[in-house]
Amino acid sequence: MSDKKNNWPLWEVFIRSRQGLGHKHVGSLHAADAEMAIGNARDVYTRRQEGVSIWVIPSDAITASAPEDSEALYDPANDKIYRHPTFYVLPDEVNHM
Amino acid sequence: MNATHEKLREEFDAYVAEDKKIEPKDWMPDGYRKTLIRQISQHAHSEVVGMLPESNWITRAPSLQRKAILLAKVQDEAGHGLYLYSAAETLGVDRADLIADLLSGKARYSSIFNYPTLTWADMGAIGWLVDGAAIMNQVPLCRCSYGPYARAMTRVCREESFHQRQGYSIMMELMKGTEDQKAMAQDSLNRWWWPSLMMFGPSDKHSTHSSQNMKWNIKRFSNDELRQRMVDMTVPQAELIGLKIPDSDLKWNNETGHYDFGEIDWEEFNNVLSGNGPCNKERLEARNKAHDDGAWVREAASAYAEKKSKK
Repeated sequence: MSDKKNNWPLWEVFIRSRQGLGHKHVGSLHAADAEMAIGNARDVYTRRQEGVSIWVIPSDAITASAPEDSEALYDPANDKIYRHPTFYVLPDEVNHM
Repeated sequence: MNATHEKLREEFDAYVAEDKKIEPKDWMPDGYRKTLIRQISQHAHSEVVGMLPESNWITRAPSLQRKAILLAKVQDEAGHGLYLYSAAETLGVDRADLIADLLSGKARYSSIFNYPTLTWADMGAIGWLVDGAAIMNQVPLCRCSYGPYARAMTRVCREESFHQRQGYSIMMELMKGTEDQKAMAQDSLNRWWWPSLMMFGPSDKHSTHSSQNMKWNIKRFSNDELRQRMVDMTVPQAELIGLKIPDSDLKWNNETGHYDFGEIDWEEFNNVLSGNGPCNKERLEARNKAHDDGAWVREAASAYAEKKSKK
């Protein structure tokens, strides 16, 4: 393990910027283990109080959808406009609905 | 196959021309990927090497507060390097390979960091001018077509503003001081002015990467446009605190609404770029030493992680 290319695994970093909000992806970093990944994430991504909670996830544990599949995954919603409230035209007298 | 490729390329160009964003898993032309890897990794290397001239003054900062500020700034530069390596890796390169290219001297970094930092005033001039020029270059990159690069630049720009302001405040303070302190500030401006203008790269007449990068929305403004902006913005800032820009050709042009300024010494520019600047060798040696001296820490951390995972 003493070669120059001693690559630690890649981790994706997610930060909750404040209580009440979800964690958001902010970038990635390398670390030997999860504990070090949290420490590095703190130094790299929260030097100015950007977060109150950190998630680190090994990058290779993430399964992502492929851009080629966009049509199959997202297009079917296009023809279901009746799922949106604005599809229904109601008389002006009906307030607050 | 070729026809498909041609079609993908056309769709890509049209998509980018509409100012839409490309994300890591999207199809992109090889040239686009290559140019981004080159630009982002060079940018990352510049942030990393950029720590060296400034770290030179951490132990000799004139007050505890200035020391804390300089430490925070240098730590930011490390962070900026890491955001950028992270963005480069989304393009399918290995960070270790990028770093190996920096250490071997194969990869470039910004030439400005091959100049020495001789006095404390240089911490002022660097923050004000070098970070100032960097901001000028980087703000348009926040709208770059490649998502991860644009997002990294947004973070960088937010932090860079502190760098520039603390630099100018060092200059301001020196210009309120003794004659010696004023002379030190002026000497520093004299040495950093032209190298800072060189940071915008070759003149538009000789820039090799510009036009394709403009079409791909990686670059938004030409080198000369940004350089002119830098001059227009900086001259009044110098005058305000009594500093004189070291350029006898500098004068306000009422017709253009810009400052006219002297010709850059392109021979010096090319010389530093090709490795013969005052500190090229020293910078690479320092980077290599830091990397080699840290090897045992990386090995120990790997060994510890392995041991823990077996438990």
